[in-house]
Amino acid sequence: MNSVSALIVDDSSVMRKIIERLLRQAGLELEHVYEAGNGVEALGVLKDNRVDLILCDINMPVMNGLEFIKALPGVENGKGVPVVMITTEGSESHVVQALSAGAKGYIRKPFTPEQVKENVLSLLVSKT
Amino acid sequence: MKTANELLTARNNHQNWVPLMELATKEVFEMMLGAELEPAVEDAPATLDITAMVGLAGQLCGVLTLKCNRETAARMAERMLGTQPDVGSQDVKDAFGEISNMIAGNFKNKISGMGDNCMISVPTVITGTDYNVYSLSDTDALEVRELFEGLPFIITLEIHS
Repeated sequence: MNSVSALIVDDSSVMRKIIERLLRQAGLELEHVYEAGNGVEALGVLKDNRVDLILCDINMPVMNGLEFIKALPGVENGKGVPVVMITTEGSESHVVQALSAGAKGYIRKPFTPEQVKENVLSLLVSKT
Repeated sequence: MKTANELLTARNNHQNWVPLMELATKEVFEMMLGAELEPAVEDAPATLDITAMVGLAGQLCGVLTLKCNRETAARMAERMLGTQPDVGSQDVKDAFGEISNMIAGNFKNKISGMGDNCMISVPTVITGTDYNVYSLSDTDALEVRELFEGLPFIITLEIHS
């Protein structure tokens, strides 16, 4: 697999670091890793940068993850980028809302490294 | 104001949630920290000088509190991050808050129907011991005490309604 650029959106800096570490452990060669603490910051990142994958929390201040993925197609670099939600919200309705809004994967916190690997690799393989 | 019978019935129902709190906590530590917990048999030490609080609102209203000492919290952060943070660093507070957030979320997802009908807040982390928390409503409290690498910590769920 070629190197990829990822955007990690979570209001917890620790969670962003953990997700980046798990992506590397999954065998991804990360060209760039961009971080954002909420949806507005993430949209700002995408104005200037192309990414291959977005991993996004739901509960965040300013703009939550569901609002972010709904706004994503309106940003040039946001179109067609697969989004995996990583969140403590585990109900079926949250999953349905996220998938309806355009998310391609859904991981509930707490999660195992294998869950991250399986979700991310299957998305990147299907994209290529 | 609830009647005495209503309070007793509610408390009995809430006590059934203790095993779910224990399970929710164990899963967070196993999956995110790679750590097996053991039940704490002795009283926790007096110095519990870091506290994370997560509010719950909706069908279940209350506050989930995670307490331990700062060295224990730093060890938890080290297990989460894979690197050793300074005891008083932002990473420790952030990791500790995130653990409380995941316990609260995992717990409410285990109660039938609560996943959709209960929201959890962004966690707040307090350091130090010189403070008191006062609830303004009838409060029922559930408590779980565990050992992480032999180090004690306490999870409390104060239920307001």
